[in-house]
Amino acid sequence: MTPRKKTVLEFTLNGEPRAVLCEPQQTLLAVLRDELHLTGTKEGCSNGNCGACNVLLDGVLVNSCLILALEVQGRGVLTVEGLARPDGTLHPLQQAFLDHAALQCGICTPGFLLSAKALLDENPTPTESQVRYWLAGNLCRCTGYDKIVRAVLDVARSQSAAHATPPPVSPA
Amino acid sequence: MPSLSASPDGSVAPALRVVGTRPVRPDGIDKVTGRALYGADITLPGLLTGRVLRSPLAHARIVRVDTSAARALPGLKAVVTAADLPPAPDRIEDLGEGAIDLRYLSDNLLAREKVLYHGHAIAAVAASTPEIAEQALALIRVEFEPLPPVMTASAAMKPDAPLLHAGLKTDRMGQRDAAPSNVASQLRHERGNLDDGFRRAAVVIDRRFRTETVHQGYIEPQASTAHVQADGQITIWTSTQGTFAVRSQVAEVLGLPVSRIKVVPTEIGGGFGGKISVYLEPLAVLLSRHAGFVPVRLVMSRTEVLTSTGPTSGSDLRIRIGADTSGKLVAMQAELYYEAGAYPGSPVGAAAVVSFAPYVCEAMRVDGYDVVVNRPRASAYRAPGGTNVAFAVESVIDELAESLDLDPIEMRLINAVREGDRRPDNLPLARIGYVECLQALRQSEHYRTPLTGRHRGRGVACGYWGNWGGQSSATAILNPDGSVSFNVASTDIGGSRASLAMQLAESLGIDYAQVKPRIGDTDSVSYNDVTGGSRTTFATGWAAYDLGQKLAAEMTARLAQRWEVAPESILRAGGGFASGDRRVDFAEASKLVCEDAPLMVSTTVHPKGYGAAFSVQCADVEVDPDTGKVTVLRYTIVQDAGKAVHPSYVEGQMQGGVAQGIGWALNEEYVYNEKGELLNGSLLDYRMPTACDLPMIDTIIVEVPNPGHPYGVRGVGEVNIIPPAGTLANAIHRATGVRLTALPMSPPRVLAALWEKSGYRP
Repeated sequence: MTPRKKTVLEFTLNGEPRAVLCEPQQTLLAVLRDELHLTGTKEGCSNGNCGACNVLLDGVLVNSCLILALEVQGRGVLTVEGLARPDGTLHPLQQAFLDHAALQCGICTPGFLLSAKALLDENPTPTESQVRYWLAGNLCRCTGYDKIVRAVLDVARSQSAAHATPPPVSPA
Repeated sequence: MPSLSASPDGSVAPALRVVGTRPVRPDGIDKVTGRALYGADITLPGLLTGRVLRSPLAHARIVRVDTSAARALPGLKAVVTAADLPPAPDRIEDLGEGAIDLRYLSDNLLAREKVLYHGHAIAAVAASTPEIAEQALALIRVEFEPLPPVMTASAAMKPDAPLLHAGLKTDRMGQRDAAPSNVASQLRHERGNLDDGFRRAAVVIDRRFRTETVHQGYIEPQASTAHVQADGQITIWTSTQGTFAVRSQVAEVLGLPVSRIKVVPTEIGGGFGGKISVYLEPLAVLLSRHAGFVPVRLVMSRTEVLTSTGPTSGSDLRIRIGADTSGKLVAMQAELYYEAGAYPGSPVGAAAVVSFAPYVCEAMRVDGYDVVVNRPRASAYRAPGGTNVAFAVESVIDELAESLDLDPIEMRLINAVREGDRRPDNLPLARIGYVECLQALRQSEHYRTPLTGRHRGRGVACGYWGNWGGQSSATAILNPDGSVSFNVASTDIGGSRASLAMQLAESLGIDYAQVKPRIGDTDSVSYNDVTGGSRTTFATGWAAYDLGQKLAAEMTARLAQRWEVAPESILRAGGGFASGDRRVDFAEASKLVCEDAPLMVSTTVHPKGYGAAFSVQCADVEVDPDTGKVTVLRYTIVQDAGKAVHPSYVEGQMQGGVAQGIGWALNEEYVYNEKGELLNGSLLDYRMPTACDLPMIDTIIVEVPNPGHPYGVRGVGEVNIIPPAGTLANAIHRATGVRLTALPMSPPRVLAALWEKSGYRP
């Protein structure tokens, strides 16, 4: 079997320009994990049902298992490895997940963090119901979601308080 | 979230500084930054990719496996089939959450004479790329002689049912039947006179139930990497609940001494009982050896996880219970038929104990049957066997309460077991907090708030789980800066690094942050049982406590020598050590002690005083009469944790167990066609709860200390999955007047039941 011809993929990954050789059938997930060795993005189902592989593509939430790597040519990708500041300061969502014990095994956590970031980027003051619907594409089998939803609402509240807007009212 | 502490005898526990607080877990930052390495994240130079060929048929004789075309494929490095496995020992190995017959374990790894379920492994390959590995699978020719599949316990027990195993003869409590059968074993627990009991009953309810096969549903598929070196030493990196369980299984099925095998645990992305039995590890070892001593990694697809790894049993159940006019139970009878999958070993034994364990009754009989069917071999799933039987029993108890016009909590209080009462297997219960849990639910804001609205109902159910102790080993090294390196072998599946480090810190009198836990491989820590059976925070917690005591004693002895005083004269104060005018804090003491000589202590514990767990639950639901969809509006769990070491993770176990139970109750099931092919082998079609399927789940932690643990810990992980199906069935009944007797109570089933009640014909 002759190896397939490789193509140079150039894109911005977590704020840094990267170039990597990849094959046309490789998914973004496969290139992140197998070529760039960024294994923080997880594979739980390979067909877009669990959300463990979620990343942001030009700020839009995508399942990296459903994107061909060459589709991100010239674009920007954010993975869990790019959430904390270079000095190690955690993103508020990362800190909230720790403070709320919003992870048990932790395999789904990277995907949840990216989904939650996409939500708060689009809607900084979500209701509980909006958080639950937005996160419905991410499966967690350990927590029952309670502490995850609380962590996301907590970040939304503290960020909106920091912007001096009234806090969102959680529905009963 | 409300939190309640109950201490029934009013005793005051010694003040705890660390246990009971909520620190951030030691592995937390690695897990929120993506640095933590799970099974599929392991990579090594020259790593090959493995793939497994699986049976498309549910039941067939294997006539021939021809791998010659695959072997000729360039880039293919190894092919293995059952012919490469040594003859399997006919012996039973206890893996913690269920004994495994090694012959069956071996046959499940690679089918020998027959395939017994859709997804049964037949061959494995290793190649330089995934594409070549997949191409190789397509080149393996398997000739089958198809046989009729047997898919349910009731079908398998028919006299003319096709047999899965020609040599399987029913074991009736030690007596083997003469003729082969699909019933592997029958057990019975019995006491009192059942007929007399039922004669005294004012009301008797007799119902049959059915539950479907469900999967543990961990988000991380199985992933294992093995490297066999030319000198025969083997290293296995794998996502597992028990490194030593992997080591012993691999050693047994491959006929190797355990000393040749080192198992290195990766982080584990969920297990719930499903990552104890081996599937990939022995195949990776064989492939690595056949490929010329290069490392091979095998990672399952999600479809393989669903078709080929241990789900838990579906079951047919019959429950018959009688009560007198006061609500007191006078006779209880259960017949439990559990589907073991392709090989014997369903959790019917545990189910038989769970069945009537919360109830006092003098006349009781429980019959359990372990039945093989053409489904994947059942493995442990959180409180194995408990949910099925509790769904049935709690439904019947609710029906009795209703017919006697008794509040469901009152009904349970009237019959509640207390310390000294006996389980169905006649073992007496030690100190338990069941009554306290019932009372806490009755006093809860949820239960005291009336539920209003159409199509709404409130259900209550309870559950018992015995928990487990097992063996745990651990090592602690004192560092001169006052920190302690803490090596354990219990893999951390949901925060146990925190709960264990907290117990060591408490025992030693130091801060939590000074304890540095690390999960060791099988060569670095002594033997340790699996993370399972709700045992880790209890038993490995005992080990942590013991290490703290040993370290403190040794430090005291060395300081006594240095200070030339009697060890008894040295007192512990504020974490430090003092004798007369001399006073050092813990860090200073550590520096002095380590100047004398390095200090390391080890321990192995096998604590027997594990405490039984009870969970009492209450749910409000709304049933859509047009679609049959059940919406959970509100949910409250009450559990006796003994002592919640890290209350956030205790709440998390409670919420997680209930979320799984809700999925089991309302949506999850294996759907097979008549040929025995699994039709829903994806996470789109195997429908686990998402964030928008669940409400916030309120938790009430009751703390009736377990006298068998220094801090009163009971296990907390498992019991909460037991009551949800009964809780929701009872709530649906109160909402609709319909009693559902089959799981899952999915929209089509609920709608069919509503239509049947109303007489509507679509």
